[in-house]
Amino acid sequence: MGYSVDKNGFYGDFGGAFIPELLFPNVKELEDNYIQILESDEFQREYKNLLKDYVGRPSPLYLAKRLSEKYGGTIYLKREDLNHTGAHKVNNTVGQILLAQKLGKKRIIAETGAGQHGVATATVCALMDLECIVYMGEIDIERQAPNVARMKMLGAEVRPATSGSKTLKDATNEAIRDWINNPEDTYYLIGSVVGPHPYPDLVARLQAVISEEMKIQLKEKTGKENPDKIIACVGGGSNAAGAYYHYLDDEDVELIAVEASGKGVDTGETAATTTIGTPGIIHGSKTLLMQDDFGQITEPYSISAGLDYPGIGPLHAHLFASHRGVFLSATDKEALDSALELTRLEGIIPALESAHALAVLSKIEIKDTDTIVVNLSGRGDKDMETYQRELGY
Amino acid sequence: MNKLQELFKNKKSDILSIYFTAGYPKLETTGEIIKGLEKSGVDFIEVGMPFSDPMADGPTIQDSSEKALANGMNLDIYFEQLKSIKQDVYLPLIAMGYVNQMMRYGDDKFLQACVDGGISGLILPDLSLKVYEEEYKTKFEKYGLVNVFLVTPQTSEERIREIDAISNSFIYLVSSASTTGSKSDINQVQVDYFKRVKNMNLKNPLVIGFGISNNETFSQACDYASGAIIGSAFVKSVSEKNDFETISKFISIIRS
Ligand SMILES: Cc1ncc(COP(=O)(O)O)c(C=O)c1O
Repeated sequence: MGYSVDKNGFYGDFGGAFIPELLFPNVKELEDNYIQILESDEFQREYKNLLKDYVGRPSPLYLAKRLSEKYGGTIYLKREDLNHTGAHKVNNTVGQILLAQKLGKKRIIAETGAGQHGVATATVCALMDLECIVYMGEIDIERQAPNVARMKMLGAEVRPATSGSKTLKDATNEAIRDWINNPEDTYYLIGSVVGPHPYPDLVARLQAVISEEMKIQLKEKTGKENPDKIIACVGGGSNAAGAYYHYLDDEDVELIAVEASGKGVDTGETAATTTIGTPGIIHGSKTLLMQDDFGQITEPYSISAGLDYPGIGPLHAHLFASHRGVFLSATDKEALDSALELTRLEGIIPALESAHALAVLSKIEIKDTDTIVVNLSGRGDKDMETYQRELGY
Repeated sequence: MNKLQELFKNKKSDILSIYFTAGYPKLETTGEIIKGLEKSGVDFIEVGMPFSDPMADGPTIQDSSEKALANGMNLDIYFEQLKSIKQDVYLPLIAMGYVNQMMRYGDDKFLQACVDGGISGLILPDLSLKVYEEEYKTKFEKYGLVNVFLVTPQTSEERIREIDAISNSFIYLVSSASTTGSKSDINQVQVDYFKRVKNMNLKNPLVIGFGISNNETFSQACDYASGAIIGSAFVKSVSEKNDFETISKFISIIRS
């Protein structure tokens, strides 16, 4: 079984493009052009240069000694938190902004949850001198205030999404509506491996640099390209897709995906899609999502804005259904504890999203000989207000 | 022949269709609104199945959907309500909603419920031409339901021809690149687009929708198409009162 997208935009049973006719020309333009542009020498040169000199890649693969002592095995952290703007999100925005330019687009729209993708988009728009509008749920605007200020300082307009749960799902709806209303000059710069084909594949290809570097770095440090386990958090699933990408066909590497279970998977206040979700369509893609018996998408909950999404990308739905991936979850509390633990053991304050990935170290079986990579998707600066409140500083 | 097809066979101009959201303003108003519209001389009705994430809809229909869901509307109740008035309703009804609702309810169960509720056709904006052809065409035909496709100012001529070939009631001409919602008037660019599609001499009649809101835009639309669909403006008009007088007044102003 393969794990790359097929010619119809599907990963197994999941994916495709369930879009209104209003979006057909936009999506078709992207579908017809993205591979050719991404594979061109010019794009590759510009993309690699920006990743190196602007983003600061390769991101280090750091041997977390004290964390390893605590949990066993050899645990490495892939330091996406050290990227410019503080998360893996910028790998994708740097690539998509080049693509948007080559398609001649003048106006960039994006959705954001934690604000990391919004900041990463506003950043590349400032760099390329393009108009930038970021949709963000009203609730997220409140809980990620520092990122809202950063986007504004970068020159982006932040538009609140006030419908539904007022979080990432609703911000995505608003971005899609904006695109419907501005079909010609506007590029929708999506922030995760979600949405209609070809977005999941496009974003996965741009995040694939994470695992490309991991292979080289692991070879250098351990003599082997392949670790035993890779752990990543999954909101939509872009940092996980990037960390898995070059290992998807290497079945000896266990791929562990961690979803946010909020207050607990049975509490009704959760974002653990694979645990309580069923197949359906969200944001133009057939995937697993949280919904009621009548197909109404239900409101997710997580302390972490970046994981507060009722679906997962179609690649991840396929990894789940085919058992290629192991899907675990972590609660708000477990994530907070793990964030504090990493901070005290290694002097690294992680993003709340990334803390969910760390939280499963205590739940999985680890052999002394195991090499484990945790994808540290982002840094905790944006979450300081939550940490202060929850940890009592 | 399905009621919708019959309508278009017999009537070629000034066709007026109204969209409203089932369960809005109140859970139990669905039947009254349908009957009120029928008595007021509307030609067919789109009965919205409120959805949590209506990506092709503007603020008015989003808001009515959110309220309808909060009122307790769901597909079981929706179909029950339609069934209970089926004997008294002669107009063609179209169920309008999103693919996920049908998929989750179960395709066959959903389509059978449509038939039992007196539905003649479906408008599911996120059901693409490709997915319809590959997965739904045969099913819809088995239940005698027609699928209505949208065409927009950005749709290529070649694709309009494909849509025409697969359609068998009417083509929904979206008036501008936009989500649903009222706009004040129809501009020259839109007129040129209406003319362009009209001059393609398609086999299916055209009905213009999105942004048609008053008698002026309705009659303009009727110059280039067999009729027009009014959604958001009607939904707004029944937000306070949905008695027969309110409805018939709205319709008579549109027709004036
Ligand atoms: C630091 C960080 N990690 C993870 C995520 C979740 O997104 P994804 O699952 O696409 O990696 C976000 C989203 O905002 C984020 O900011």
